[in-house]
Amino acid sequence: MTSELDIFVGNTTLIDEEVYRLWLDGYSVSDAVALRVRAGILEQTGATAAVLQSDTMDHYRTFHMLERLLHAPPKLLHQLVFQIPPSRQALLIERYYAFDEAFVREVLGKKLSKGTKKDLDDISAKTGITLKSCRRQFDNFKRVFKVVEEMRGSLADNIQQHFLFSDRLARDYAAIVFFANNRFETAKKKLQYLSFGDFAFCAELMIQNWTLGAVGEAPSKPDSQVDDMDMDLDKEFLQDLKELKVLVADKDLLDLHKSLVCTALRGKLGVFSEMEANFKNLSRGLVNVAAKLTHNKDVRDLFVDLVEKVHLGPQFVEPCRSDHWPLGDVRLFLNQYSVTVHSLDGFRHQALWDRYMDTLRGCLLRLYHD
Amino acid sequence: MPGKLKVKIVAGRHLPVMDRASDLTDAFVEVKFGNTTFKTDVYLKSLNPQWNSEWFKFEVDDEDLQDEPLQITVLDHDTYSANDAIGKVYIDIDPLLYSEAATVISGWFPIYDTIHGIRGEINVVVKVDLFNDLNRFRQSSCGVKFFCTTSIPKCYRAVIIHGFVEELVVNEDPEYQWIDRIRTPRASNEARQRLISLMSGELQRKIGLKVLEMRGNAVVGYLQCFDLEGESGLVVRAIGTACTLDKLSSPAAFLPACNSPSKEMKESPLAHPPSHGCRSTHNSPIHTATGSRLTQNFSVSVPTLIYTGMGSGSAGKEGGPFKALLRQQTQSALEQREFPFFTLTAFPPGFLVHVGGVVSARSVKLLDRIHNPDEPETRDAWWAEIRQEIKSHAKALGCHAVVGYSESTSICEEVCILSASGTAAVLNPRFLQDGTVEGCLEQRIEENLPAGCGFCHIPYDELNMPFPAHLTYCYNCRKQKVPDVLFTTIDLPTDATVVGKGCLIQARLCRLKKKAQAEANATAISNLLPFMEYEVHTQLMNKLKLKGMNALFGLRIQITVGENMLMGLASATAVYLAALPMPGGIQIAGKTPSDGSYEQHISHMQKKISDTIAKNKELYEINPPEISEEIIGSPIPEPKQRSRLLRSQSESSDEVTELDLSHGKKDAFVLEIDDTDAMEDVHSLLTDVPPPSGFYSCNTEIMPGINNWTSEIQMFTSVRVIRLSSLNLTNQALNKNFNDLCENLLKSLYFKLRSMIPCCLCHVNFTVSLPEDELIQVTVTAVAITFDKNQALQTTKTHIEKSLQRASTDNEELLQFPLELCSDSLPSHPFPPAKATSVDYSSFADRCSSWIELIKLKAQTIRRGSIKTTVTVEKASPMGEGNFRNRSAPPCANSTVGVVKMTPLSFIPGAKITKYLGIINMFFIRETTSLREEGGVSGFLHAFIAEVFAMVRAHVAALGGNAVVSYIMKQCVFMENPNKNQAQCLINVSGDAVIFVRESELEVISTQQPTANCQQSCAGGEVTT
Repeated sequence: MTSELDIFVGNTTLIDEEVYRLWLDGYSVSDAVALRVRAGILEQTGATAAVLQSDTMDHYRTFHMLERLLHAPPKLLHQLVFQIPPSRQALLIERYYAFDEAFVREVLGKKLSKGTKKDLDDISAKTGITLKSCRRQFDNFKRVFKVVEEMRGSLADNIQQHFLFSDRLARDYAAIVFFANNRFETAKKKLQYLSFGDFAFCAELMIQNWTLGAVGEAPSKPDSQVDDMDMDLDKEFLQDLKELKVLVADKDLLDLHKSLVCTALRGKLGVFSEMEANFKNLSRGLVNVAAKLTHNKDVRDLFVDLVEKVHLGPQFVEPCRSDHWPLGDVRLFLNQYSVTVHSLDGFRHQALWDRYMDTLRGCLLRLYHD
Repeated sequence: MPGKLKVKIVAGRHLPVMDRASDLTDAFVEVKFGNTTFKTDVYLKSLNPQWNSEWFKFEVDDEDLQDEPLQITVLDHDTYSANDAIGKVYIDIDPLLYSEAATVISGWFPIYDTIHGIRGEINVVVKVDLFNDLNRFRQSSCGVKFFCTTSIPKCYRAVIIHGFVEELVVNEDPEYQWIDRIRTPRASNEARQRLISLMSGELQRKIGLKVLEMRGNAVVGYLQCFDLEGESGLVVRAIGTACTLDKLSSPAAFLPACNSPSKEMKESPLAHPPSHGCRSTHNSPIHTATGSRLTQNFSVSVPTLIYTGMGSGSAGKEGGPFKALLRQQTQSALEQREFPFFTLTAFPPGFLVHVGGVVSARSVKLLDRIHNPDEPETRDAWWAEIRQEIKSHAKALGCHAVVGYSESTSICEEVCILSASGTAAVLNPRFLQDGTVEGCLEQRIEENLPAGCGFCHIPYDELNMPFPAHLTYCYNCRKQKVPDVLFTTIDLPTDATVVGKGCLIQARLCRLKKKAQAEANATAISNLLPFMEYEVHTQLMNKLKLKGMNALFGLRIQITVGENMLMGLASATAVYLAALPMPGGIQIAGKTPSDGSYEQHISHMQKKISDTIAKNKELYEINPPEISEEIIGSPIPEPKQRSRLLRSQSESSDEVTELDLSHGKKDAFVLEIDDTDAMEDVHSLLTDVPPPSGFYSCNTEIMPGINNWTSEIQMFTSVRVIRLSSLNLTNQALNKNFNDLCENLLKSLYFKLRSMIPCCLCHVNFTVSLPEDELIQVTVTAVAITFDKNQALQTTKTHIEKSLQRASTDNEELLQFPLELCSDSLPSHPFPPAKATSVDYSSFADRCSSWIELIKLKAQTIRRGSIKTTVTVEKASPMGEGNFRNRSAPPCANSTVGVVKMTPLSFIPGAKITKYLGIINMFFIRETTSLREEGGVSGFLHAFIAEVFAMVRAHVAALGGNAVVSYIMKQCVFMENPNKNQAQCLINVSGDAVIFVRESELEVISTQQPTANCQQSCAGGEVTT
């Protein structure tokens, strides 16, 4: 006796969260059954293995049919074939587009191309995430990227509108799309200590301040086919950043800056002497990162530059860390360092400085951890 | 020109890509009714076309309005080649023809193609202007209401129940016409769908005419079936019960009257039945007439069975003369009718006086081509013959009527088994004719019939018993005689006194049969039938005893014929009726007490059985109070041992075999184990596992003994097909396979629905078919309903308190709901159904996190700035802004898809049905030539059934409804050919589209009314003083 056909169709589509998770994780039906057995479901429910097999198959079939709709979540809301309560629809979408930290760290900043897709085998082997799940996550990134690529308006809002994500997930995807578009290097060994959350935080700050959309002028001339507002960095702004060099190139300005900062922080900073000794190096590092952003290639290395000191002389994050500045001291210093510039009479690029430094300061503080 | 049909095509969405080059579609729509066709403009290059057509007007006879479906075809325009069809929508406009039902059909319909399934949706608005037709000889029957529900629909009152109506129409099956060889599968499927739609329209119209003749205005318990007779044609037949219904107009009036069964049940007091000296026998003479040959129509008639438990002895003195009087009265009312049958399974209080037992008749026929479709006399004659037999059986049980009546067929090649069954009963004449017979008689009926046991009292004359049986005095009133067991096809009467809870009981049976042709085959089948009936019956009896119960309700026996086997499946809901005696145990007797180990084995089995009975009694809470025999008084009369032949007048056969199902007079039910078969039987008795704790199941409307339903329901259909290994097929192996199949299916259901515990599977409906030699297909449709374990019988007081609390919070939306209901939806507002269902949706809202709604609202505001959101998105959800305003709206504002509940029951727990919108009767064919690509047979059928549900829901929503009640999947014919990568499936479903309102919301309204009245009177008082 073999079962030729075995189906269960409910007027309200039954979604088993546990099986959905197994399906998303890329397990085959038999693996999923084995995992469910191991989780003790047979003992809890008194079911037989055959029942479990049939149930799992059924759910997998349903998910397979739903997958097509999940590729365009608004379709899931409007379709008539599966009657699913809104809360369940939200859950389906949210879980389908959720990603593994380990996976996203591997592809963050990489071009979402066929080439990268071929490397998924390696990523799967390295992270222990099934290839199927890697593919799903990669395809999700790519799909979202493709849809919002050419769109105007807020990146996170566009994503939310077209994929019906929660706030949190939409912001994460905005970061992924932003990183993929600007191809920031995140894979270097030195950057391994950083989490996706760290990068997503920086991405949000950069989107808010450094992109075309941040200037907020585009809506006034909607027909001009300028770059994508939220996805690309404001080229003009990056060019202008060269002007900041004067802060370290002009010796008087540098000295004045140093003395102002030192005066303000004397007695308030635990690591005052180290700071005083290193001020010029620190300032040079911060300003040089800005000056380098003119070139596309260097933009990609932004995070490497922020963390590493090797490339163009001593940089910021690393030196502080080696001296074990407390986070509070770093914050005090950076605040003072950027505010004091307003008192430098000879320096004319105050607005530019703020646009640069506010974001950079936020990023640096986030990146400053073990 | 009695009617004008108006159709407007608004828009489409999610259309498939028909032009590979542009990834777009140039869609237009053809609207066809009768022979008239209109077309919309071509909407170029869009998957979401906005046709916004003019009103297409069809001027038609109302006869056509009833028969014809509106046919909407969506096509892709192609300049150089033929236009490609995307799919079709058939809309039955019948609901628009009664004054009280829907006024407009408007909404999104799935575009369906028989090869590709659902391909996008189309928004359509349909209206009908009917002119009054005074022609007395008209052929149409517009205005007669149809209900699938097998009880008097809630919010109606039965003035008169007229009785049985039946009709059948036949035609050639397009699939078997010569033209089918040259046309595409799609064309052939569509021809079939259209034909069946036309035939069912015609059938309904003809039945309507009969109802008008009887001066009725409605058909209740309407059951329409298709017989796919293959080469010999297509039969569409229907039965129903003609009634005159009165709408309960004011909500105040129907509130108390239309309690959902849950409430009514609460009031029934617990019973106090006795025990002791119980004897159980079961007597069911089968009588078989093996066939006479009649011209070219070979016909083997009749294994016939009457199930009942009954007895002999002298009649209760006081009952005698009265009964005769009653009988006379009823007789006069019923004898005018050809067939005093009622398809109802639940009745107005007082309608059902006595129940005799199950009567059934089967007949084996050989099909031959229907030569003249206009004169379906052969088929008519076949059914007439069977009904006649049923009628005579009922008479033999001292009953004048048959209730819970149904008919079915099973066809394999050219052999067809026709079956009919029902419950013989004595009815109160009050409902059967215009209220003339009322008066003293009626009063006496009420005096003499104590509530809760009256229907159990035997209707037949004890001195002139048709069968030997055990009778005892009723354990409830002690005045009248009752049988020891009672089998019926109806639902448990609401006033019946039940002990403990009920449970689903199934008897399953397979019998191998040699492959044979024509007459030999028919003879073989009819020879097997009586034995199958006997065994099914024995199994039912054994299982009933094993459960410690004494009555079956909703009994349905299905006999399915295949190439090389016969299958029997009986389902029923067992209960312990307080009025009937306590069932005895089961005793096992060995063949020869020679062998010691054998003895041991027997005693071991005996112990197991006794343990099971004890366990079941505990599980189902069967603990009737003990009553000593003295109180019962009269000695239990000796049962007659003699078995008697029942011969119905319609029989003309000379060979008659006689079968006695009596198990003799023994204190307990004795199973004799004399061979391995019997051993197997006993084993199979014990293999039935009870459902896991927290689960109950029944095949009746509601579960006896459970009354505190909560509002969560889940209707489902599950299908399984198993392939038998063709080697060593024996009856035992077959039985085991079949048993396992059913048991595993049930286990799977319990597992799948475990999140709903505590819950009950209601209206569990199994259908067996044998699509091929070695395939067995079982289809189950049922509904799982949650109930509250802790909240015992809640008093009305707390109910009101609760509703008052709710009143303060929910006022706003509730007040506006009734207004929405009656407001005519305008064409400019294409979403009236979604609006109407908003109430249901808002109930969901509590539970669901609402961020998805918020996003959508947000998205509406953002949309303007972004590039890619073109007009189409905007238009696809025109609900948008309108719903910002009110609080109740957000949940439905965002999903344009309103929730439509489906249930095989006639009610929705925790809700009141406020309006019946019309009957849903749909027939679909789906075919594939890429079975593997669609996920194999399971993927194919899963998708198809989901699509059928979707189409039913869409039609209900378009009528303005939010639920389908009395939903039934009448046919699910699945055929596959994996070698050719092909499969085909036909599904026929029906039900009643309704609008329901949650009870909590109604309560608010009703509690507000009294306060308003009070205020008025108070104000009045002040004025006078």
